[in-house]
Amino acid sequence: MRNAPDSIKVPSFVSISMQILPLWPISMALSQLARDLLRTHPQILNRIDKYQNQKFMLDITDLPFALLLDPAQARLRAFRRSAAPEADARISGTLAAFLAMLHGVEDGDSLYFSGVLQIEGDTSAVLALRNALDDAELDLSEEIARALPLLAPPLRLALAPLERLTGLHLRRVPLEVY
Amino acid sequence: MELVCPAGTPAALRAAVDAGAHCIYCGFADETNARNFPGLNFSRAELADAVGYAHARGAKVLVAINTFPTAGHEALWHSAVADAERAGADAVILADLGLLAYAAEHHPDLRRHLSVQAAAANPDAINFYASAFDVRRVVLPRVLSVEEIAAINREIDVETEVFVFGGLCVMAEGRCSLSSYATGRSPNMNGVCSPPEHVDYATDGAESVARLGGFTIHRTPKGEAAPYPTLCKGCFTSGDKTGHVFEDAVSLDASTLVPRLAKAGVTALKIEGRQRSRAYVAQIVRAFRAVTDALEAGRTPPELALARLSEGQAATTGAYAKTWR
Repeated sequence: MRNAPDSIKVPSFVSISMQILPLWPISMALSQLARDLLRTHPQILNRIDKYQNQKFMLDITDLPFALLLDPAQARLRAFRRSAAPEADARISGTLAAFLAMLHGVEDGDSLYFSGVLQIEGDTSAVLALRNALDDAELDLSEEIARALPLLAPPLRLALAPLERLTGLHLRRVPLEVY
Repeated sequence: MELVCPAGTPAALRAAVDAGAHCIYCGFADETNARNFPGLNFSRAELADAVGYAHARGAKVLVAINTFPTAGHEALWHSAVADAERAGADAVILADLGLLAYAAEHHPDLRRHLSVQAAAANPDAINFYASAFDVRRVVLPRVLSVEEIAAINREIDVETEVFVFGGLCVMAEGRCSLSSYATGRSPNMNGVCSPPEHVDYATDGAESVARLGGFTIHRTPKGEAAPYPTLCKGCFTSGDKTGHVFEDAVSLDASTLVPRLAKAGVTALKIEGRQRSRAYVAQIVRAFRAVTDALEAGRTPPELALARLSEGQAATTGAYAKTWR
């Protein structure tokens, strides 16, 4: 059963407790993930094409930080909102909305039309990024499992219970779920 | 009835095939097709792979080359037709008279469909395209009632294809200048209506503002439903009235009319949305395949609940069931 991403938010106690986390290890881990993704899915940069030098602010509204994606440099870094640098485009929405779109559960336009996602800045760059990621059929859990092979078996075992517990789409959804 | 489904990327094409599309239409990543958006469409190699994927599963691939070539630059459109044939496409969807003549002369074995962009809305026009260029199927403009479609089908010998779901154009397809007026670029010549480089989303206090080419198209309370800013679906003040002057921001959903369209002699049902994601494609195709399967089996088609996927979050049966004033 598909969960509506507008009804799922990271619990506030999780979000608040994340405020004390240092951001540099998060940035290091996310940038490593971005490098791996772009290496294993080279078509992403092909589709982003002339917009790969743009900086995208992914403002995940139920987390205590925003993420700055720099495709050309394969960097994905976390910033406190008060200290976030300027970006060419900003996409705002809940973690559930971002994950559902990335994993092919939700249509990005529908999320925008219904107000679940908001866009500001370079609309062309946002469309290029959205289309490139949609075509890549990413599965973040599998990408993490591939990067951390020792943790892969327990991670795969934990996925289904974690999804049930959080309501988040943590992996690519097979077609029959639609 | 044949279900003709959109694909803006190879992933969307695979999703459409796997969800039960009989036919998928797509385009090259340039201005030869009417959905020339960033990050969208197919390279030559991707199209060849996609045709292989579709054919292996019994589905057809149609290539839309449905913009109007610029004088002196026809080579881009000519090579698109040749490359579509080389990739194994089952048909090309064309709108321009010159390109139709070129395709008929140089690629006679490549099946030709007439794009909705040609706006052929009466038997005389359709019969002309059929006799002059051996067009085998016509995509009808979204201006006709079901009864009018039935009357047209009685006077022509080519197949008809009609839109049943997705974005609605203002009723002058292939001739609309609204996008050109605001941005200098149009779906007819550049393959893109309301091009995203002219779109600006901003926040103004408690409102979200969407602009196109500097024109404010609509304002909505932040977090509320909002359509893509096209002039035809904008909210304007005219005289003492404020509202949607041209078109309401709603999408077409003619799923309940499919049995009547079948009786009217329609061959194929088209779903709009090459600019949408594979999630959209999979959900809409699966839903409409249930409708065509039910119809074929003599059962009552299921009611679909697809408004959430529509622009404006609301649907209309458009001109099919319209009573003209």
